[in-house]
Amino acid sequence: MKIKILVVTIFYLIGSLNLSYAANSEKVDQISKNLRCLICQGQSVYDSQSDFALSMKILIQNKIDEGQNDEQIYDFLKSKYGEWIVYDPEINKNTVLLWVLPLILFVFGGILILRKVSIK
Amino acid sequence: MVRNIKLIAIVFLVIVSFLILLIGLNKTNNYSPNLNSSNIDFNFKAKFLYSNEETTLYELINDKDFSLINIWASWCLPCRDEHPYLLNLNSLGKLNIIGINYKDSEVNAKKFIKELGNPYSKIVVDPSGVNSIELGAYGVPETILINNNSKTILKKYIGPLDDKKLAELKMIIKNEN
Repeated sequence: MKIKILVVTIFYLIGSLNLSYAANSEKVDQISKNLRCLICQGQSVYDSQSDFALSMKILIQNKIDEGQNDEQIYDFLKSKYGEWIVYDPEINKNTVLLWVLPLILFVFGGILILRKVSIK
Repeated sequence: MVRNIKLIAIVFLVIVSFLILLIGLNKTNNYSPNLNSSNIDFNFKAKFLYSNEETTLYELINDKDFSLINIWASWCLPCRDEHPYLLNLNSLGKLNIIGINYKDSEVNAKKFIKELGNPYSKIVVDPSGVNSIELGAYGVPETILINNNSKTILKKYIGPLDDKKLAELKMIIKNEN
């Protein structure tokens, strides 16, 4: 019985430790998942263990501790590394085709289907 | 006839895609954002390597017309290769070369300088790498040329300096004067 209680308390302690750890970096995880690791192709800052990504995560944590919100942090990083760092590109002169093209294709495809259906 | 057209079309497509890939090979895949004067934060705080005092970038770039910020580490092999170029640039006497020691141990960093010579007028340490991120750096080595008077970035090199970059740097300094 005593052993059982001991085991349960140990597991509980480990569990609570993990929880507090997760709570600490959850915000960092959330932000770093939206950031492109610029020196490792095809990985987010969250996934990467490169020096660049590790420093980036520390910086994000610092900014959060300073009381900055997500938007401010993204803006800060964009001012340093350009639009490319965020996975979600904004609509501007250079990216307008990126946003509009799927819409055009969607409408075009819709017209094609409608025509086929009406012919039948 | 129809068969011929199909064949020609396929050959044509293959050649075009091959050409696109060939051109793509020569394109650099290093993405670098546009340099912008507002991109540098002069309030950045860091500690000196040889003393424990804290300083800001404003204090670091106050003398001479140009500053060259060089991010380096003793564990970084390309940094070793580019070190003679920094010594060369320092001998010009027109540059205020600032070293940022990136994620390094103090002992190794000092050993590196003792072994290869010190081109830096000041060296600050960046143990967590956060200062380098604040400067918009990617890693080591990286070199940024700053005009001290206008506080603007004139040139930024990702990767080690070489003969070509050295000549270019000298050219920029000459032209700006």
